[in-house]
Amino acid sequence: MAVRVVSRLHEDRVVSGPAESPVDRMVETAVARAVLGRRGLLRGLGGGALLSAIGSLFPLAAAKALAQEKGGPPEKKELKIGFVPITCATPILMADPMGFYARQGLQVTVVKTAGWALIRDKVLNREYDASHMLSPMPLAISLGLGSRKDLTYVAAIENINGQAITLHLKHKERRDPKQWKGMKFAVPFDYSMHNLLLRYYVAEHGLDPDKDIEIRVVPPPEMVANLRAGNIDGYLGPEPFNQRAVYEEVGFIHLLSRDLWDGHPCCALGVPDSFVRENPNTFAALFRAIATATAHAHDPANRMDIAKAIAPANYLNQPLPVVEQVLTGRFADGLGKVQNVPGRADFDPFPWHSMAVWILTQLKRWGYVKGDLDYRKVAEQVFLATDARKRMAELGLPAPEKTYARHQVMGKTFDPAKPDEYVNSFSIRRS
Amino acid sequence: MRIRAALGSLLLLAVFLSAWQLATLPPPTARGGDPEYAALLGGRKSGLPAPAQIAEAAWAQLKSPFHDGGMNDKGIAIQLAWSLGRVLLGFALAALVAIPVGFLVGMSPVARRALNPYIQLLKPISPLAWMPLALYTIKDSSVSSVFVISICSLWPMLLNTAHGVGSVKREWLDVARTLEVSPVRKALHVVLPAAAPTILTGMRISMGIAWLVIVAAEMLVGGTGIGYFVWNEWNNLSLANVIFALLVIGLMGMLLDLGFASLGKLVAYQE
Repeated sequence: MAVRVVSRLHEDRVVSGPAESPVDRMVETAVARAVLGRRGLLRGLGGGALLSAIGSLFPLAAAKALAQEKGGPPEKKELKIGFVPITCATPILMADPMGFYARQGLQVTVVKTAGWALIRDKVLNREYDASHMLSPMPLAISLGLGSRKDLTYVAAIENINGQAITLHLKHKERRDPKQWKGMKFAVPFDYSMHNLLLRYYVAEHGLDPDKDIEIRVVPPPEMVANLRAGNIDGYLGPEPFNQRAVYEEVGFIHLLSRDLWDGHPCCALGVPDSFVRENPNTFAALFRAIATATAHAHDPANRMDIAKAIAPANYLNQPLPVVEQVLTGRFADGLGKVQNVPGRADFDPFPWHSMAVWILTQLKRWGYVKGDLDYRKVAEQVFLATDARKRMAELGLPAPEKTYARHQVMGKTFDPAKPDEYVNSFSIRRS
Repeated sequence: MRIRAALGSLLLLAVFLSAWQLATLPPPTARGGDPEYAALLGGRKSGLPAPAQIAEAAWAQLKSPFHDGGMNDKGIAIQLAWSLGRVLLGFALAALVAIPVGFLVGMSPVARRALNPYIQLLKPISPLAWMPLALYTIKDSSVSSVFVISICSLWPMLLNTAHGVGSVKREWLDVARTLEVSPVRKALHVVLPAAAPTILTGMRISMGIAWLVIVAAEMLVGGTGIGYFVWNEWNNLSLANVIFALLVIGLMGMLLDLGFASLGKLVAYQE
């Protein structure tokens, strides 16, 4: 089902060419010195070659943006940000009606978009300055998987948890994935946590996701209608479309994604490298707006107000009770019970490098990436964790000391220091 | 006779609507169990909304056609204006290419033979199939949808122009030749009036296709337009609004077609 593209990371460098501004040059020199220690080497090797060598180890563009930003006014005030109408976009959406953008001096138009491929194309075409993306998307775009190659950052994660597996009501008795052979499932996009988590989940139960079940890409808004029509048996999809299936009485919630990996990332704020370099102050302001909105969304006390702000036609265009059930975690499960899971959906902006490494291990596991992969290098280039930590500290938001952590996925520990061993530890895999 | 036919039409409509309304009445289910659970559900709906619900949705839309609630929430009139604008622009661009090329193809057998294979190859391509290529190369989604409209309206206009021009009566051309009329004058005063009805038929067909395609293109690309409106309401599974939009699309398409039909009458002639 997937568009498989062979990528040879070690041959290409995602970093940009020689520095344009004096500040850029200063940063490059400083980084070169820090990495090499000796000025002689710089002269000996020639600037360009050396810098691209370092660039492959160190996210230069981000460091440059950090240094150039002098806290001045934003270079560009009017921004267009794309989104897909799902609750993952909560921080990006609520920041508009609740004034988080305005407080940073930005005028943002959030533009509803029909699906993820279109989001990708509109960001590549620079119709959007930044966009709501699935967190694996910037990694895929930066590697040139399924699209033109273009360095795109995860400036911040938007939401953690908040997805679910929904099954058609006729499968009420089939709660064990071992009985799912031959069933058809939908995910929003190849490069989505949904696809990776669904594959992980069925594989842990002994099913091969490429052979034993069928996985299709369906845009989230069309999932409920397809479930009703019987085109699919279920989906691992974003909210509010799991809850909407319950609301419409066509499906039930089989499992929340937090039961697979509590605290897993889902969607992110994706920003192309060129935007960060050309508008460092705007980028800083945008980050502050999103980080403060995300922190506001993290507080359960604010969830009802947020639901009211983002349910209308201009944003999600969903019935308020559906959005409320998603955000408060008190919800009907479709099987006749009211469940109370406050952590069902949560919000945390910190883009852990270890999350990126996990995503890359799964892309590798299922054959989306072929050949050798320098996990840490790619993770550190694309996920701007160091940058985010500094900015979050300035805002007084709690930011972790480290950028790598161990994660527990379905009871199994993932150690970001040993990605290849992790991939090889799975018996069902394509690589 | 006319009045009786009209009455018959109305009666049919009334029977159809009441059957529909009756068929979509909510089933009287006495739901037992947890009232809190029941409150969290939407209440069982049958697949299709009742005519009364559609009327309600239509009234809500028609009440404020120029409503502007932000980038993603605009009234029906604004959406229609966007779609019409795209269609007319794409259509005009297509006419600029199709009519001169059609003239050339119709008047010169060499040009017809030279261009024919390309026209035959390109004509059957579904206009929407051009969309990914357009998005990738043009790098702008609204320009891409205008391009798709142009491509789809190009062929009927081109072929009809060529046919109209090609089938101008020999005698008329011979008379023009005998009178030593200049080629430009011949084209404008002999061929054009003679071919005009056929050309307008081509334009009418093109406009029909363009209006069909714009809805699909806007559903794909989004942002604004009546197609986007349909997609946005489909997201919300609001079929009442979708059906209302379908009626609006049908009505608008009919008006466009009537417009071209009356233009066609203006240039029609009897031999």
